[in-house]
Amino acid sequence: MTQPRIRVPSQARKGEVIEIKTLISHPMETGHRRDTQGQLIPRHIIHTFTCTYNGAEVFRADWHPAVAANPYLAFYTVATESGRLNFQWIDDDGTVYTAEAEITVV
Amino acid sequence: MNGIPSPTTPSALISRRTMLRQLGAGLLLALWPADRWATPEAVQQAIHQRIGEREPQPGGMTLTLPKIAETGNSVPLTVAVDSLMTPGDHVLRIHVFVPGNPEPVASTYHLGIRAGRAQISTQIRLARTQTVLALAEMSDGSVRSDAASIVVTLGACVDELWSD
Repeated sequence: MTQPRIRVPSQARKGEVIEIKTLISHPMETGHRRDTQGQLIPRHIIHTFTCTYNGAEVFRADWHPAVAANPYLAFYTVATESGRLNFQWIDDDGTVYTAEAEITVV
Repeated sequence: MNGIPSPTTPSALISRRTMLRQLGAGLLLALWPADRWATPEAVQQAIHQRIGEREPQPGGMTLTLPKIAETGNSVPLTVAVDSLMTPGDHVLRIHVFVPGNPEPVASTYHLGIRAGRAQISTQIRLARTQTVLALAEMSDGSVRSDAASIVVTLGACVDELWSD
């Protein structure tokens, strides 16, 4: 159900700044809402997102309940070398959602 | 607040629209318990936890938000910091604060020279009309700030008020 979507250029020049777009379906339940019985709906969010480039962390985000459902994030990184970008979303319940992309740097 | 003012009283100068708006605001406040949003102290504490005693300087960055949002459920937000992102001068972290929400911090982004460009775009929830604040921690220890006000017609989290 939680299928991340990422957009990374497949090719870039060395030293080029590339834009990365990510989207993951997730309710990001705030923990502040109540159901029709008046019971608080427990918090359930993705609290951390990280992007690593050939194993080195290049970007990280800490999320709180104010991040909208189905979190979208666009950010940048420098295309340093050919290889693999790994994306990781960490859920409150411990689940880790992952995605990856290959990039060729010329 | 009750009834239409008599045309002879000065309050008749208040337009019907203003009257309705105030009624609406009053109704929302009455329905919405005070703990629905962060206290000014909680906001200050959240900022202090992240930047300590440092004094943010306005400018050198841009926080972009729409001026008005129909609902607060998903509001596009972009933060861009003017920085060449060199080893000697770059952005370490960007923080987004939403003082009008129950929790004053929305997100923190950890950058560094490998980010290449100090810019992020995302979508946030807003519980009500407010002024969103973004802070950027620079590698030289300075802190920059920018703020943007937004009118939220129907806040996120209000849906449960109408659900029953």
